Amino acid sequence: MDRVLRAHALKPENFFDVLEERRRGSDISHALRTFSAQVPPVPVSALNRMVQESQYLHYVISEIAAETGEPYECVKDEATSILEEMSQNLQLSFIRLMAFALTKVFKRLFSSIRVNEDGLARLQQAIQEHPVILVPNHRSYIDFLVLSYIMFTYDLSVPVIAAGIPLMGMSLVGEVLRRSGAFFIRRAIGSDKLYWAVLSEYVRTIVRTGFAPLEFFVEGLRSRTLKSLKPKLGMMQMVLEPFFKGEVYDITLVPISISYDRVLEESLLAHELLGVPKPSETTRGLLKARRVLEENYGCMHVYFGNPVSVRELAEGRIQRGQYNLIPRDLPLKLSANLQEFVGDVAHLVVHLQERGSVLSPWSLMALILLQNPDDLDWNVFIQKTLRLRTLASQLGAQIDWPAQLSDLEVMSSSMALHHAVVQSENGRVRLVEKEGPGPITQEEAVLRRASSVLMCASYRNQALHVFTRPALVAAAMAMAPSHSKEDVFGRFRFLQDLLANEFIFIPGHTVQDFEEGCSGLLRCGALSIQDHALSVIGEAQDTVVFLSGILKPFIETYQVVLEVLGKETFQTFTEKRFVPDIRAATVKLILSGEVRSYECISSDTLKNALSALVRMEAASKCQVADQIEYRVNQNVLRRIRDTLDGSVASEVPLYSRL
Amino acid sequence: MASNTDISEHQRSARRRLRIIAGHLQRSEQDGAAALSAQECKAETPRPSAAKGTAVPKRRQEIMKWNGWGYSDSRFLFNKKGQAEFTGRRYRLSGLILPSLKDWFEGTFGANLQHKTPATASLSVSAVPPPNLNELLVEELKAAGVALSSNPEDRVFRSHGHCLHEIFALREGRIGRIPDMVVWPSCHDDVVKIVELASKHNVCLIPYGGGTSVSSALECPPEETRSIVSIDTSQMNRILWIDEKNLTAHVEAGIIGQDLERQLNESGYCTGHEPDSMEFSTLGGWVATRASGMKKNIYGNIEDLVVHIKMATPRGVIEKSCQGPRMSTGPDIHHFILGSEGTLGVVTEVTMKIRPIPEYQKYGSIVFPNFQQGVACLREVAKQRCAPASIRLMDNEQFQFGHALKPQVSSIFTSFLDGLKKFYITKFKGFDPHHLCVATLLFEGDREKVLQHEKQVYDIAAKFGGLAAGEDNGQRGYMLTFVIAYLRDLGMDYYVIGESFETSVPWDRVLDLCRNVKERIVRECKDRGVQFPPLSTCRVTQTYDAGACVYFYFAFNYRGLSEPIHVYEQVEHAAREEILANGGSLSHHHGVGKLRKEWMRESVSSVGLGMLKAVKDYVDPNNIFGNRNLL
Repeated sequence: MDRVLRAHALKPENFFDVLEERRRGSDISHALRTFSAQVPPVPVSALNRMVQESQYLHYVISEIAAETGEPYECVKDEATSILEEMSQNLQLSFIRLMAFALTKVFKRLFSSIRVNEDGLARLQQAIQEHPVILVPNHRSYIDFLVLSYIMFTYDLSVPVIAAGIPLMGMSLVGEVLRRSGAFFIRRAIGSDKLYWAVLSEYVRTIVRTGFAPLEFFVEGLRSRTLKSLKPKLGMMQMVLEPFFKGEVYDITLVPISISYDRVLEESLLAHELLGVPKPSETTRGLLKARRVLEENYGCMHVYFGNPVSVRELAEGRIQRGQYNLIPRDLPLKLSANLQEFVGDVAHLVVHLQERGSVLSPWSLMALILLQNPDDLDWNVFIQKTLRLRTLASQLGAQIDWPAQLSDLEVMSSSMALHHAVVQSENGRVRLVEKEGPGPITQEEAVLRRASSVLMCASYRNQALHVFTRPALVAAAMAMAPSHSKEDVFGRFRFLQDLLANEFIFIPGHTVQDFEEGCSGLLRCGALSIQDHALSVIGEAQDTVVFLSGILKPFIETYQVVLEVLGKETFQTFTEKRFVPDIRAATVKLILSGEVRSYECISSDTLKNALSALVRMEAASKCQVADQIEYRVNQNVLRRIRDTLDGSVASEVPLYSRL
Repeated sequence: MASNTDISEHQRSARRRLRIIAGHLQRSEQDGAAALSAQECKAETPRPSAAKGTAVPKRRQEIMKWNGWGYSDSRFLFNKKGQAEFTGRRYRLSGLILPSLKDWFEGTFGANLQHKTPATASLSVSAVPPPNLNELLVEELKAAGVALSSNPEDRVFRSHGHCLHEIFALREGRIGRIPDMVVWPSCHDDVVKIVELASKHNVCLIPYGGGTSVSSALECPPEETRSIVSIDTSQMNRILWIDEKNLTAHVEAGIIGQDLERQLNESGYCTGHEPDSMEFSTLGGWVATRASGMKKNIYGNIEDLVVHIKMATPRGVIEKSCQGPRMSTGPDIHHFILGSEGTLGVVTEVTMKIRPIPEYQKYGSIVFPNFQQGVACLREVAKQRCAPASIRLMDNEQFQFGHALKPQVSSIFTSFLDGLKKFYITKFKGFDPHHLCVATLLFEGDREKVLQHEKQVYDIAAKFGGLAAGEDNGQRGYMLTFVIAYLRDLGMDYYVIGESFETSVPWDRVLDLCRNVKERIVRECKDRGVQFPPLSTCRVTQTYDAGACVYFYFAFNYRGLSEPIHVYEQVEHAAREEILANGGSLSHHHGVGKLRKEWMRESVSSVGLGMLKAVKDYVDPNNIFGNRNLL
């Protein structure tokens, strides 16, 4: 895995605008041109038949029939209807129709859709060799439309896509998506044995036969925070199984990083994080959303990462021979060793997605803005942003900073694009709060303010991964009793563990992450390491402070959660009440001035904090009646709080590999 | 007893059969001169010579190559016009021009006739290390009347099998550790005597039969410090008796396959055991490696054919007391002997089943649109248990390989017919010439039954999209397996090295294993700097109820590589790893030898390996049979 990470070090690549040619040429002839990519080796109907007649499904159906006492045929019919609900119906004619419509839409929405053509060339090569799995990050509903559109435009086999079932419910749209290659997955499928069986066999059959490139979102959901989510493993497992069982020689994973200057759903994002439920996906809702089409969303970047060979990742880790003594079609749980491997691969892919993503000037600006939310001088703003740009590129980020424009122009146009969030008046820059009707309560004002902050934070989050590791080292140094490497590493590990739902780290890679953080700091001249001790270089003190400040909103939220849960009223609480209650308590703290960051009421961060506490055994989870209840372990809670405040030594860490 | 006409009918069919198969051997000149004898050998008064009419003489160097496969007079070469031809007069291909071989050879390997890598012409005696003789043993053997030699040529000939690295080294004139002496026992008692004396003087014995091993089994362990004596069983080559009531024959284990079949044929019988090496390999060797013959579907593999085995070990002679067809007397002791690879003793005499020569034989072939369909068909044939004597499925590459061996056709009519056939299959039936593959068939038995059987198999094939493609294609398929070793020598003249290896695998994994192993070979070659894609091809060569035997050919052009053999071995090693990871066995019939020893524990478990070691320790505590194979 380390080898792969090294081999996938980012090299600067050129991006080309897919829309440029469309603006010059005819949309209809683009849609109708000869499409020379590989066609699926079997028709859709044959694919479904293979799934239905598979030995695996036969086993599972027999098992379920025996367990429930239902006749075999009934269970089988049920399986068939699941398959029908699920399956895609990829048709080139619909792809053409979509291509035509999407050209129109995209030209309107985006000033450009920029793609690294080298990546596409690598992808084309990969498609000819082994089954290809496209793994994009998920930031917007239109992610997969854009990908299919690009694949079609570059004469690459159009993928089949694992999509959420709500999309299917939209009349017409569901069918159109189905014919464009989408297949539909219900949420929370782990418990439904038959559903899981049909889906996994369907996915495996697609991979085994090399039907088409398979595309799925390893994060499972669209990220509301625009920050990477902890990967879901079910789909990844299904995809990798044919390799474990020797049914394919290799599987190629292609991480894809999609970055937006501005996402279509931006106003929804903040509302969802503040507890305003998202509208369910209906066709009518979609039509209502037409007005989003009237806005400009700037530029979009799609980076096709280096193909990753699963065989290479598995070398020395996986014994494929473990299936030698059993029929491979038996429905068996994956061995612990394989499960761990699946998890590591999923995390690796997320990591590679982060590495490949392109930072917009706006996400850097958002970072600066959030550190000075109330009032910022325009010139200071420019200066700080430029310094941050330097820092980010020292840390290896890909930044899309148009070279042909002056820095002032770049930043002004970003401001213009995001006029809904930020405004500049009389040389001062400030966050915009949505004007609401009439007099409002203090609490409502906090939420209004938070909404702008969180929207801004989402864009900052797109850049976060660049700074995470050095920032964690910086924060660890501030907390550690001494600057010896051991002490700093101990705090680093603690923080990484605590924030593991916040930032995506490859499990078991703490040492490498620490080294990466240190070398990042070394590279930007903020740190020196001598005799196993880290020391901050005098004139770079502010860089270190700045970096650890990036983590501040998160650490502050965790501190608030620890604080609130430390109170007696929170000895036990239900899952349902957790976010609203904590949020209410936090709003009070904000109003009293004890808490400064408005990000502390983001439901996403609150939930992450809770699962971190469960993971670290400061809270335990149990089912009471039909509710999930949590019970707080005050001792552990206190220890975490003290460690976070830097007042006690955490358990002595083993730093064996240094 | 049969009437005269029946006998001559038998003889006629024996001749016909010989002409068609059995390595396409030229008929022996001394027709029917082999004397059958049931007389016991007296160790004190050895006979001056073994049974007459043996195809391979005691001094192998008289007619065999010292650094390549087979007879000295038979080899492939590119003549002055650049056309391939096969020399000599022994084989059906002998003296013929093979017009398409050159293009295939150059196209497949990126080889060039200008770039030659000729072998050292003759064995330089000075390169042969002097023998480390145990004088006392030599004297006692001489006193016992056992033929022996420490002539360098005799020793070099018995120092190797036919692994690539062994032949490659000989071609370069490199000679490593070789036996110090060769002895030729002429009967069971001779062997007993030799084993006794070897134990007494603590020398290492390595049994040698036909020398066709491809598992490094005959290589002398370089770490062996004792004197190494090669026991060449070639002079123990008589059929001692034939039991026509029970249809068994008692045969000395040194007899080579072609002699055994020819001599039995003269009495109207055959064993039906036809491994691809049968021209040279011996009965004892088959037993010691668990050999398999191409017609095993009718006659069985060697373990099904043997009724009784006698083996001389340092502990004494092991054999059963009766010839009952099956026994429940604990684990079958034959199975300690079968596959023991010369680590326990020397197989001296074997009683094996014989069958009347079949009345009728017919080749056939079926074209399939792709390999998957072909495998599905073979699986169905196995399921219905109606496999012909032989059924093999060659992949596309091997089909093309076979095609390159088509001799020049004399008549325009034949070539017109060929063209028509090709047109029908590729254009009319829409088979992709780069995907289609061919099954070759051999039917045997009563004429009527064969025809009936044939129809049954072709009907099954039709369900899988198979088209009958004629006898000629089938026959050529089998020819390929007999001449492949000669072809390797040709390749080695032009920078091309290669080898075959095999495995057995459950039916549901056949396709996956074939694809993954072939791909692995291609990838590994690329990763190791092989400039031109290798030939990586396979065939399903045997079918069983629960699985199949798969046979791979792998060869590549090594121009530009500094250590071609090392690269070759790494790739072969990776391919074996891939086989094991895909549920294939360590070996179906080539054996383990020293080449595949490292995987034995993984293959049979620690306890299993311990059991085998315990047997070895009991039977041969001083490691007299010290070839270090298997364990």
